[in-house]
Amino acid sequence: MAEIITKVTTYLSYPFVQYALIVGVLIALCSSLLGVTLVLKRFSFIGDGLSHVAFGAMAIAAVLKLTNNMPLVLVITIICAVLLLRTGQNTKIKGDASIAMISVGALALGYLLMHVFEPSNNLSGDVCSTLFGSTSILTLSQLDVWLCIILSIIVVAVFILFYNKIFAVTFDENFARATGTRAGLYNLLIAVVIAVIIVLAMNLVGSLLISALVIFPALSAMRIFKSFKSVTICSAVLSVVCSLAGILISVACETPVGSTIVAVDIIVFFVFMILGKILTFKK
Amino acid sequence: MAQLKCENLSLGYDGTEILSGLSFEVNRGDYLCIVGENGSGKTTLMKTILGLRQPLSGKVVFGDGLKKNSIGYLPQQTDVQKDFPASVWEIVLSGCQGGMGLRPFYNKEDKKLALENIEKMRLSDLKKRCYRELSGGQQQRVLLARALCATGDILLLDEPVAGLDPKVTAEMYEIISSLNRDYNTTIIMISHDIQAALRYAGKILHIGDRVFFGTKEEYLESEASQSFGKGGA
Repeated sequence: MAEIITKVTTYLSYPFVQYALIVGVLIALCSSLLGVTLVLKRFSFIGDGLSHVAFGAMAIAAVLKLTNNMPLVLVITIICAVLLLRTGQNTKIKGDASIAMISVGALALGYLLMHVFEPSNNLSGDVCSTLFGSTSILTLSQLDVWLCIILSIIVVAVFILFYNKIFAVTFDENFARATGTRAGLYNLLIAVVIAVIIVLAMNLVGSLLISALVIFPALSAMRIFKSFKSVTICSAVLSVVCSLAGILISVACETPVGSTIVAVDIIVFFVFMILGKILTFKK
Repeated sequence: MAQLKCENLSLGYDGTEILSGLSFEVNRGDYLCIVGENGSGKTTLMKTILGLRQPLSGKVVFGDGLKKNSIGYLPQQTDVQKDFPASVWEIVLSGCQGGMGLRPFYNKEDKKLALENIEKMRLSDLKKRCYRELSGGQQQRVLLARALCATGDILLLDEPVAGLDPKVTAEMYEIISSLNRDYNTTIIMISHDIQAALRYAGKILHIGDRVFFGTKEEYLESEASQSFGKGGA
């Protein structure tokens, strides 16, 4: 045990591990904030869908040999997020089906593009790291970290400022619209924020595991807490704690960062589920 | 001047017209019940009045100081709401949202209004409770309190007693009537329950194959009621 602690403290003195911790915690915080809304709007899988879109966009960027693929990926992901969330409650193809369509489509096309044009020699390696997250969180530059900090501050600020409106639109879109809230605008806002979070989070956990970051803390919090505010706060705290724990464990045990974080999230979910059962039983 | 006036409305979706040439007006303090068979366009009409969908032709005009965003609305419950973690207080307060514009947080007046309406709906004891743990009747009262936060002028109710047991149904009707009587709130209600409509409402709008608009006394003598009354309603 003492050995592990020494190992972790040694690692913590390296700047790249510190960067990873900062970025990891910020992404966890941001992704959990909108998780509650997404779960309730039956959009749990949007993280998955959009991250596949981002994967497809990355493939396009790779084929075009762009050195900085961030802007292209961000733009394409935002457009898809807007298309998915725009129509909200009143869409014809329901949320889950449209997400499945876009998700599978983008994944297949992205892989096809990469295969046909073979931009790099290590194709399966590239695909694997895009899907499951790479060690790229350990190779972040100072610029990446600052970008992440700034975007996170914006996301959190937007969320706090529009918290009441997001609540109204999530709980009852038609009522909000009928009483003069610009529901369309806020749905758009939610979509853009989600897209930004997902592109950010792809660095950390890879596209397949983003959904976990978005939904697990929210679902865990919903087992126990009863008001929107307490659920939101609890899921933010849970998410931060789980990622922190996940990153530290992965450093200590040399496991993949993304999967370790998700594993911690899963454990916490079961703990909360059991706690929730006990609490209702007591009543 | 009428609070709400529908002029020659045609309603429908996807290009199919389900209702045409509908004209009626509602004055302050009216209690109007909208009745008609399933699929006759009752909810569509209500959504058109609320501005949630556009009429195929014709228009909805507001008057008597009524603004478009000061309409209280009690929608049918959605699936999302059934497991929504929200306290009664949060939901009622969200009714104040419409008047806020871009202001991000609720102020003292909003909170006072929400508190008044919680008391009006006799929900004070349940204020901190979770919405999804309440009974059907309590949930409807929460949504009614929320609608009252949006306005005290006019309430649109879409089948407010659907799924409630007879005792709670009677209570709900009583609450709605008292709002109309004591606070002069205009009520426009969609109902399947023709008996209740005739008991509580002052005016009836029947839509379907035959369209009727008038007081309930006139309605009882009209042909529209004959065909509908025999339908087992």
